[in-house]
Amino acid sequence: MGLDFSIIPKYMDVILLGCAWTIGITVAAALLSFVGGIIFAVIALYAPWIVRQPFRLIEWLFMGTPLLLQLFLIYFGLVQIGIDLPAFVAGIIGLGLHFAVYNSELIQTAILAVDKGQMEAARTLGLSRAQALRKVVIPQAVRAVIPPIGNNMIALLKDSALVSVIGVSELTLSAQRVIGKTYRPFEFYMLAAACYYVINLCMEWVQRKIERRISISR
Amino acid sequence: MQKVYPFFLEAAWVTILLSVLTAILGLTCGALGAAARLSRFWVLRFIGAAYVSLFRGTPALIQLFILYFGGPQIGIQLDAFEAGVIGLGVNAGAYMTETIRGAIISIDKGQREAARTLGLSQWQAMYKVILPQSMRLMIRPLGVNINALIKATALVAAISVVELTYTAQRYIGSTYKPFEMFLLAGVLYMVIIYVVGKGIAWLDRKVQIT
Amino acid sequence: MTEQTDFVQIRHAQKSFGELEVLKDISLSVDRGQIVAIIGPSGSGKSTLLRAINDLDALTGGEIWLDGTRVNKDLPHRQYEKHINEMRQQIGMVFQHFNLFPHLTVRENVTMAPMLLKGLSKDEANALAEEQLDHVGMLERIDYYPSQLSGGQKQRVAIARALAMKPKLMLFDEATSALDPELVDEVNQVMKTLAEEHMTMIIVTHEMDFAAAVCDRVLFMDKGVVVEEGPPEVIFKKPTQERTREFLRKHIEGAK
Repeated sequence: MGLDFSIIPKYMDVILLGCAWTIGITVAAALLSFVGGIIFAVIALYAPWIVRQPFRLIEWLFMGTPLLLQLFLIYFGLVQIGIDLPAFVAGIIGLGLHFAVYNSELIQTAILAVDKGQMEAARTLGLSRAQALRKVVIPQAVRAVIPPIGNNMIALLKDSALVSVIGVSELTLSAQRVIGKTYRPFEFYMLAAACYYVINLCMEWVQRKIERRISISR
Repeated sequence: MQKVYPFFLEAAWVTILLSVLTAILGLTCGALGAAARLSRFWVLRFIGAAYVSLFRGTPALIQLFILYFGGPQIGIQLDAFEAGVIGLGVNAGAYMTETIRGAIISIDKGQREAARTLGLSQWQAMYKVILPQSMRLMIRPLGVNINALIKATALVAAISVVELTYTAQRYIGSTYKPFEMFLLAGVLYMVIIYVVGKGIAWLDRKVQIT
Repeated sequence: MTEQTDFVQIRHAQKSFGELEVLKDISLSVDRGQIVAIIGPSGSGKSTLLRAINDLDALTGGEIWLDGTRVNKDLPHRQYEKHINEMRQQIGMVFQHFNLFPHLTVRENVTMAPMLLKGLSKDEANALAEEQLDHVGMLERIDYYPSQLSGGQKQRVAIARALAMKPKLMLFDEATSALDPELVDEVNQVMKTLAEEHMTMIIVTHEMDFAAAVCDRVLFMDKGVVVEEGPPEVIFKKPTQERTREFLRKHIEGAK
């Protein structure tokens, strides 16, 4: 069986819909991972011991095991204990939490790296510790981690392909479905790869834009 | 619960085997890729850059699918395990290319110039002066790549290689103990990653001393 | 609490880091509107003393009073936090390395604390910021980010930021030490203006000429004690202590 790319236009709508889902899932999971990353970082650094330690354990588990395994746990595991999430919700939660843990690592380092004069200056003005963290330290830490977090978000886009395995009809699963009908795996997986590549390029472009925007306020 | 242990241990062995083979292939591709990207010839530089960009710019899962499901259409017949090793290895190689290249170009230009003024050839300067120094810088980041690669071996579950994640998934589906199965597989992954991490730290220390 | 004689009073301040005693029983009082310079070699404890006044470095012994209220009160943690935040609002501080907030514009640097802590509206805070920045000659840079300013400009903004809280007391911790020589003067000018307006100030400095010109009183500290204090004419021209003479001699040599 040779290659025949002329079949592609017929199924382009399915693939494009898949692209839309992939972008949506990526954006939702990215937001979750960003907010989650900040919350996790604050817990890891400032919560009382009793909260911090079990939290560290969970963080450690998330960093030490494959995302795919975590997705299986969240999707199939929660079903078994009676929580029946739609696959795409489970996928967003799984991706979001997984990357939140990685973002949290970055943010923690960045918070600790903010010059301690910044905290002092804020406290000198009369801000409480919490106010100083919220208004002065964390915004700076977040600016400092935007480039590496951007890399994480690009990794998230590619890892979003994994949610096809739990049945989310994003780009990869859409390609699979088309292949099921056409028996043309090479053509349609190549097409899917090309779509991912284009989305990836767009994300890199946005990342560069943002980096340039924030470079002045650092 | 006891009944599943042997299956998990066997699966862990498959994961280890996959990881080792993938790492070897990845390092090879990474070294070649870095050499290409630093080459004097623009064709090689272009090929190196395209390799990195394409393989890092698309999901590893898709690359695996193209190779395994699409391969037969262009005359490549591989079983799932072979496809897993080759797909993941070439993918990891793209990341390792950047790690190795980064370590090499971070060596001060003065080092190369000093070597050249002593009369060493371009190749001798690279081999005798630049590489030994960059070796120290690349062990740790390559360790990060290998850590990611071990976790990425889970992807071959999607092409039905019976490794840890596939096994865990199967038992999560058939037993009513999802968290236990997850923990069991998770612990095995972490043991593998821990041991490999220790090995890399040892290697790193050894290289730092010399 | 109303037991008050002077505007700022430091009583038997003592501070140790483990074995090391950096402040040994220091007492000092400053009248309203007075300007006091603290000089001394590095490691003499002068910065620690200054930072103790708003409790950035907590004392291990002694008391600090500002305008009839004890700054470093013994209170349970939560109440203490509230108390110290209120006290700090009344004490402006300027740092050697400016510590401007790099993620905020000049305007936002100045308006943040008044809006957050004094409940000023955006318009009120903006008016206040414009007034204070005009005062230090930085009004035209109001929408710049700190990274776009020179060191001297940063320090002037930092002063405006502190002044916007309408402090009763200003602390300067080597405010010009990190500046290129040609930028020192613009900051000194601002501090002189404040002196003319009778702001109470405590200044840790290496600049003897400036101290001599502006201050009412000079303290020479060494190894955690006040070796000598008096009007600048006396300290700089006719110091009574050998250690003071030696420090000033070395300092003049160093300057050459």
